[in-house]
Amino acid sequence: MTRISLKVDGASCSDDVEPRMLLVHYLRERLGKTGTVIGCDTSNCGACTVHLDGKSVKSCNVLAVQADGHEVTTIEGLAQDGELHPVQKAFHDCHALQCGFCTPGMIMQSVDLLNENANPSEEEIRLGLEGNLCRCTGYHNIVKAVQAAASEGAGASA
Amino acid sequence: MIPAQFEYVAPTTVEEALTALAEGGEDAKVLAGGQSLLPVLRMRLNVPSVVVDLGRIDSLRGVRDDGDAIVVGAMTTHSDVFHDPLVREHAAVLTEAIEQLADPQVRHRGTFGGALAHADPAGDLGAPVLALGATFTIAGQGGTRTVEADDFFEDLFTTAVQEGELLTEIRIPKYTGWGGHYEKFVRVAHQWPIVAVAAAVKVDGGTITEARVGLTNMGSTPLRARSVEQALAGQPATDEAVRAAAASAAEGTNPPSDLNGDADYRRHLATVLTRRAVLAAAGA
Repeated sequence: MTRISLKVDGASCSDDVEPRMLLVHYLRERLGKTGTVIGCDTSNCGACTVHLDGKSVKSCNVLAVQADGHEVTTIEGLAQDGELHPVQKAFHDCHALQCGFCTPGMIMQSVDLLNENANPSEEEIRLGLEGNLCRCTGYHNIVKAVQAAASEGAGASA
Repeated sequence: MIPAQFEYVAPTTVEEALTALAEGGEDAKVLAGGQSLLPVLRMRLNVPSVVVDLGRIDSLRGVRDDGDAIVVGAMTTHSDVFHDPLVREHAAVLTEAIEQLADPQVRHRGTFGGALAHADPAGDLGAPVLALGATFTIAGQGGTRTVEADDFFEDLFTTAVQEGELLTEIRIPKYTGWGGHYEKFVRVAHQWPIVAVAAAVKVDGGTITEARVGLTNMGSTPLRARSVEQALAGQPATDEAVRAAAASAAEGTNPPSDLNGDADYRRHLATVLTRRAVLAAAGA
C-alpha cells in the first residue's frame, strides 16, 4: 500500500492505495465519484476524462499514486454553488447527448479545449475532441454545444 | 482491467532512479507518462515486479537553449514540447508532428523521452527526431553516454537504451529558418499512422538547398529517406521537381503488411506523403 494525498473537486483526501490502482477506480470506488465513467478499458474513448492540475487526462491511464500531491477535478466538481458550468449548460441547451455515457468525458475535454482556445473554429473543436468517442455518433450537437459555450465566454471563465 | 501487482518507486533524482532500476533488475519497468505502458500493464502483456516512476524527477522536464542546439528533457510532455517557442523556432517539424500525435489527453501526460524510448515503429516522434539528427543522452550507473539518432533505434520497441539505463535528454541541432511538415495518413481520428513522413527543408530563393526526410511505419524502426534528400538538394521547390525526387521514398524500406494496408500500398503512400510533406515544408 502507498499513502496518497490529493485534492479532488476542492476537497483534500488521503488514502492508502495499491500502486496498481487506476485513478478512475480510486475516484469511483473510494470516493464514490461515479460521475466519471469507464467506457473502453483501452484508453481510447475518453469517457473517463478528468482534469489533473487543470489539464485533461484519461483517468483510466493514470495510476492513483501518480496523482499524489496533485489536484483532480471531475465532472462532479464543475458546477459551482448549484449553478451548472457554462459548458454543462450548453450541452443541456443544445441536447448534446443521446445515451449520455460519453457526456462526462466530452464536457471535461470541452472545458479543457476552451481553456486553451477560447474561440475555436469548428475544425479545432473536432480535433480537440478527437480523443473522445460518442458511440451514438451524436457529434454534431456536441460541436454545437462547444460553439455555444464559447460564444457565452466559457473559455474565459473556465 | 487492472494491472498485476507491482512494487512502486517514485525517485526524485536520476541517481535514485538508476539505483531503483539496478535493484529491480530485469523485472523493473520505467514509467514515464504511462500512455503506452499503462495499457500494456492493464492487459497484462507485461508484468513487472517493480515500476520506477520518473514523474517526480523535475530535472528531466523542460526545453533549454544550448547554443547551436535545443535540449529536450526526456520527461517533458508532448503538450509542453508542442507549446515551446524554442522548438517551434528551431525544429518546426517536431511541433507539426506533435500536433498530430494521439489526442489532447494523451499529449498532456505522454512524454517526449518516453515515446522515443518505447520506440513503437508507428510512433510519431521517431521520424522527425531521426531526420533532424538528434543526439540521445543515456544515463547509467557508470555515468552518461550519448548515442546518435542513426544508432538509437535498433528494432521494434528496441533502442540503444540498455537494461538499467535511462534516457535523460534529447539534443536537437537548430534548424532555424527551415520549414517543417509532418504528413500523416490515418483512416480515423487519433490513430497510429499507417504511414507518415517528416520533412525539414531549407529553401533559398525558391531552391531547396538542403532537405531531411524521415519515414514512420515503413519498417521496424523510423527510417531516413536519404535518396530523396540527395535528389532534392538543388532542386526548385515545385510540384514537378519534388514529385520526381519523392519517387524513391520507399527505397530500402521494409514496411509491414496488416489490416490497414499491405507493404506495396505503404510504399506507394510513402512517395505520395513525401511529396506532400516536402512541398508543405517548403511552403510551396
